[in-house]
Amino acid sequence: MRIKIDTEKCEGHNRCFVVAGELFELDDSGYAHEVGDGKVPAELKEKARLAVTNCPELAISIDEDD
Amino acid sequence: MTTEPAKRHTEPVKDWTTDYDIFDAGYVKDPFPVWDELREKCPVAHTERWGGSWMPTTYEDLRKIAANIEIFSSRNPLVANVGEPTEEVMADLENQFSVGAPPISSDPPVHTWSRALLLPKFSIKEVARYEEETRELCRSLIDRFIDKGRADAAVDYAQQIPSRVIASMLGIPQERAGEFTEWVRGFLEYGLTNVDLRSGAAMQIFSFLNEQVQERKANPGDDLISYLLQAKAEGAPDPIPEPHVLGTCFLLLVAGIDTTWSSIGSAMWHLAQNPDDCKRLIDEPELITPAVEELLRAYSPVTMAREVTRDAEYNGCPMKENDKILMNFPAANRDPKKFENPDQVILDREVNPHIAFGVGIHRCAGSNLARMEMKVAIEEWLKRIPEFRLEDPEAVTWAGGQVRGPRKCAVVF
Repeated sequence: MRIKIDTEKCEGHNRCFVVAGELFELDDSGYAHEVGDGKVPAELKEKARLAVTNCPELAISIDEDD
Repeated sequence: MTTEPAKRHTEPVKDWTTDYDIFDAGYVKDPFPVWDELREKCPVAHTERWGGSWMPTTYEDLRKIAANIEIFSSRNPLVANVGEPTEEVMADLENQFSVGAPPISSDPPVHTWSRALLLPKFSIKEVARYEEETRELCRSLIDRFIDKGRADAAVDYAQQIPSRVIASMLGIPQERAGEFTEWVRGFLEYGLTNVDLRSGAAMQIFSFLNEQVQERKANPGDDLISYLLQAKAEGAPDPIPEPHVLGTCFLLLVAGIDTTWSSIGSAMWHLAQNPDDCKRLIDEPELITPAVEELLRAYSPVTMAREVTRDAEYNGCPMKENDKILMNFPAANRDPKKFENPDQVILDREVNPHIAFGVGIHRCAGSNLARMEMKVAIEEWLKRIPEFRLEDPEAVTWAGGQVRGPRKCAVVF
């Protein structure tokens, strides 16, 4: 599984970071990006899905097969 | 729709779809059934009251309208059009208020750089610097009433917190917090339907902030006003013009007080009636994070406005240039199409993409600060007062319009 943030859509709600801090980082202004290459370890898959469903901007996508 | 000053409409509302009144006493107290009815029957309602406006109530519409910044401008985010002040007052105001209150009252490109200036100061990390003093503040407020066995959770607690935290951030003496809380209420609450009160309050806030700005220019400190006077951002003029700094300080003071106070107050009102939720928060302290999001969703305080920039049809509604749109984020957050059991407060709700802080480019810049204050206020209260209830549910009073929250909320413990 791999996650990706559309930085054009992110408005800095910070919900992904709070739900799944292992998978997301924030810049100084609070805009989020994925940690490393966005690869999600098996034990964090549920958290990754929660980050997606809690983002009010629909800025996060998941590729389940990657 | 006209830009004539709004007249007070005293006749009761018969049809909420075509004649809603956001200042109706029953609506202010309990707007939820009206939103349910509107979402079903007429998801974008209309009224001629208070200068006229359109009001979307579904999650989808709120998101779409917030995203369309070309047609729906933020040039005037106030929800009621109560007309212009007298010429003399207007001249004074224009002098002071020449740039509005950026970034909330601006569109790109000014919005982009004025927001970029602010965001680094409101990140999770920066806001955490104020957490300990917020805890101390909450504890000292509780000290004042804990032995009495009763307190007004709105007046003695919620109302006292945000004004002091923002004062601290702006480097303003905390003793003045009471004073500017009243000015902010003058602007956003009492003044929302009374232009003289509103412009009077705005002038008081501006002259006070102007004094503060002049002082910081002479003696810069480690505070937000000093920061703004020296701040740089891509696309921003260097230095930031003083009227802009003043406008932004105005926003920080006005937007950071009523709103968070209302959120904390609604949370206290909810907890006073739901002892099981109090118990859960005490037994499972890690629940506080989703609980704050859930309380924000269920009792979202803020409705902002947009103005239509050109004639356009939206969802079958013939909108005209300069029409006002009330951004009913609170109603969107109770939309059953988006949230399961929306009227139920579920502290550990897992899927909660609420838009209490708005959505799109105007997402509340102070959202992390508001969350921190709510979390600390609830935690410190429950540590000392784990069991409490409303003294008289009927005696609770609410403010509404732009910012909804309890204004009197006596509790006993």
